[in-house]
Amino acid sequence: MKVNTLLSISTLQALHIADGEREITSCYIGDLLSWVMGRAKADSAWITIMSNVNVLAVATLADTSAVILAEGVMPDDEFIAIAKAKGVNLFVSSLPAYESAIALSELLS
Amino acid sequence: MNDTLVFHFEVDGEDFTSAGQASVQIKKNLRQLGMSPEVIRRVSIAMYEGEINMVIHAGGGHATVTIEEGYIEIKLEDKGPGIKDIEMAMMEGYSTAPDNVRSLGFGAGMGLPNMKRYTDFMTIESEVGAGTTVTMRVNYA
Repeated sequence: MKVNTLLSISTLQALHIADGEREITSCYIGDLLSWVMGRAKADSAWITIMSNVNVLAVATLADTSAVILAEGVMPDDEFIAIAKAKGVNLFVSSLPAYESAIALSELLS
Repeated sequence: MNDTLVFHFEVDGEDFTSAGQASVQIKKNLRQLGMSPEVIRRVSIAMYEGEINMVIHAGGGHATVTIEEGYIEIKLEDKGPGIKDIEMAMMEGYSTAPDNVRSLGFGAGMGLPNMKRYTDFMTIESEVGAGTTVTMRVNYA
């Protein structure tokens, strides 16, 4: 599915869409950044509760398609500004990570 | 590619939020050179982990990336405290990172293992009290 497809999930709010046509091929949940870099696949949607700016560096370098902040975690303005600068697709989910992933799974399959 | 390209970066040891600048720049450079996405991803992640290590443990350092025929070499040099037990440091889950670093999502003991995982060759030379040099290579077709 494409990043724009996430817009159809009512519990997701888009904070920045850099490339809505980008493909999402899988989903990864994790908060330990090195773990994410070691295990998340390229082109996956990454669900996390971390909202420090290093998340955006990891998303960029690990080539994830989108970052989804779960549990309604709202990042600060600096985070959003850097997401825009780095071209990271950024969403906030009002649901916990597990339920967020289930919503994605329905669209991925 | 006949010419050897060399990129140098100073990694700022004070600034955690800007860590990764060298890796992001290298990613751009490799993309311009037409490297495959998978090679770029492997180099970027290995180098970022190395950058983070230098920020956490060594107060910064120096990174050199050389594009050779058939492989990309990443050399990370610091004058930090050195690694007491390299074998332990290479184990997944082993970490000596402080709590403030862990609260940012680092310090999971995956940095060096990831660097090894994503590269085709890696050596660590370290002297306690003097510093550490990590050399990694990623092959490309």
